[in-house]
Amino acid sequence: MNMKQPSPYPYWFIAPAAVVYTVLFLVPTAASFWFCFTRWDLDTAQFIGLDNFRQFLSEPSLTGGLVNTLIYAFITSGAKTVLGLLLAVFLTSKVFGQGLMRNVMFFPTLVSTIGVGITFSTLMHPTRGVFNVALAALGIDGPGWLVDPRLALFSIAIVDVWKGVGLATLIYIAGLASISPEYYDAARVDGARPWDSFWKITLPLVRPATVTVIILSLIGGLRSFDVIWAMTRGGPGFASDVLASVIYKQYQAGFYGLATAGNVMLFFLIAAIILPLTFWFNARQVEF
Amino acid sequence: MTKVTMRGLLMIGAAVAGFGLMAHGAMADTTLTLSSDNNVDTVKAFDALTKAYTAAHPDIKFEIDNRPGGAEGDNLVKTRLSTGEMADIFQYNSGSLFQALKPDKNLADLSDLPNQANILESFKLVVTSPDGKVRGVPFGAAMGGGIYYNKKIYADLGLKIPTTWKDFIANCEKIKAAGKVAVAQTYKDTWSSQLFVLADFYNVQAAVPNFAADYTANKAKYATTPAAAKGFDHLQEVFKAGYLNKDFGAATFSEGMKMVATGTAAHYPMLTFGIGDVKQNEPNNVNDIGFFAQPGDDATKNGLTVWMPSGVYVPAASKHVKEAKDFLNFVASAEGCKAMIDANGATGPYLIKGCALPKDVPASVADMLPYFQEGGHTAPALEFVSPIKGPALEQITVEVGSGIRPAADAAALYDQDVAKQGKQLGLPNW
Repeated sequence: MNMKQPSPYPYWFIAPAAVVYTVLFLVPTAASFWFCFTRWDLDTAQFIGLDNFRQFLSEPSLTGGLVNTLIYAFITSGAKTVLGLLLAVFLTSKVFGQGLMRNVMFFPTLVSTIGVGITFSTLMHPTRGVFNVALAALGIDGPGWLVDPRLALFSIAIVDVWKGVGLATLIYIAGLASISPEYYDAARVDGARPWDSFWKITLPLVRPATVTVIILSLIGGLRSFDVIWAMTRGGPGFASDVLASVIYKQYQAGFYGLATAGNVMLFFLIAAIILPLTFWFNARQVEF
Repeated sequence: MTKVTMRGLLMIGAAVAGFGLMAHGAMADTTLTLSSDNNVDTVKAFDALTKAYTAAHPDIKFEIDNRPGGAEGDNLVKTRLSTGEMADIFQYNSGSLFQALKPDKNLADLSDLPNQANILESFKLVVTSPDGKVRGVPFGAAMGGGIYYNKKIYADLGLKIPTTWKDFIANCEKIKAAGKVAVAQTYKDTWSSQLFVLADFYNVQAAVPNFAADYTANKAKYATTPAAAKGFDHLQEVFKAGYLNKDFGAATFSEGMKMVATGTAAHYPMLTFGIGDVKQNEPNNVNDIGFFAQPGDDATKNGLTVWMPSGVYVPAASKHVKEAKDFLNFVASAEGCKAMIDANGATGPYLIKGCALPKDVPASVADMLPYFQEGGHTAPALEFVSPIKGPALEQITVEVGSGIRPAADAAALYDQDVAKQGKQLGLPNW
């Protein structure tokens, strides 16, 4: 069983891909594990041991950024999973204009993230933004979506979910399509109500799609940067800073070694969350 | 032996061909690339300068590229310089930000420019690399950091220009009672939040003359020097007193200038280059704005914190150092200076000898000149007397100015940020 199958390709055939892989992935990864221990100005790198990591961990904005990263990743991932499934159930049922509706729902995924971020930061302006102008018309004093430090991160998360839920829905639609209608027919004959069908048939059988959506959106959330940068640049103050934006700011300041150390830490954080999760999902899958 | 001869012949051939090409190149047009920030005034000034230069030197053409300001621009400049991809000529801050570019290695030596003799010593100091060579020429006028005020509001309420912080707060109180915004703040452009701290430096050095040297040597700290911590206190005070515009968290620099120009707000702490924005966007209100230095505790020690203009530099790696230097020589001449004034009007005292201010300067510029003329009433901002400036100051000042973090806490946090900069630059004593 453990015997390796001989590759169907000779070495010269796979060599070009191996070179590309080495130059573009292996070398930079190895290099970053060296540069994270140095004071680096792109020309000269001076070895300073663990100082960069010590600096990073003593940085108050980092501890905040770490917590924010986790909050942001779990909120966006959870919302995309739940909403994605509900939307997919809706869009696979016999609704009017199904094809058009599927397209409309997927459209935000195709738009540039920076464009979406800039648009929403205008819509969320505390006094002139459409949201608060509309709320004011109803007599409600709208919140400072992006300028209130308690709200900023959640406002960005809402935009991220709006933009990303289309992809989750698409994956779920594919998952739902692979469930044989015979199960539902049989359940209906046995007198199952719609809720029973959803909990006992749809949810267990769409599980592979759920796993894919959770893993993808969680990784996306943990390394999220573009929407946040376009909307608040981590502000007000450090209120919506996540790991990626803290790292970027070190890079901006010219602290390249420090920024690399941050990236190495982000790499380990993502690995530490995603790997056990994947193993757990795969192990449970065997039961079915 | 034959082989060697062959190679020698080939090399001679190549050299001849090379000289031929070079001679030909000198005759043909040269295109110099130029990178500047995207401030309206900067763009207009370079447009005027390059047009004037090309008129006199038809064989030189320019390709101008604009980059964003602030931290985003810093990042671009540093990365392009380090990778040898910077334009032939670029404009960038003088002082501590210039020092962070590793000027010894990255920038061409401009000590031998004929017009160096024309440039005031005070500017040369802030573009001199550690090895003592001058590596930049001034771009525009010196600026003051202080407070723009709306003259109409001051006249209507019968207010006087404050020379102490107490008087300033008393004015704000009256303005607030009259139902107006006393202080405009614009934290969408985070850099604009730093003014109350940075423009307070005249008062800091008046109270603690050694602060800059001790701060550079890692001896004096913001949190433990009461005079230095005051800037953070001021920021907290104007927030807590409810003087700010309602949308302070989302407003931009341009909106701040508009507020104080049109009388929506009475004060806006800013650098004096802000008048250029008003000229562009609210030309009818240019003379409704006045300017005064940020007041401290003692009216007898009232003075202005001064910012040197940015510099124009040539990267050492440029392929057209000679041509670029000749253009910089023009920028440093009285004619170059005049071309800039013609494009943007006068914005403050110029650092080039023979470049006189026109008679009809805007009111806010006229307000600023007495600080320079009386002598002893200006001091350079901290970033021109120390290489150390923490990169997170603008986030920290947004926090204080929005009531997220108490002032004392912020001063201590900024000290940590400064220590990080010292360590990452590998400076002695850090």
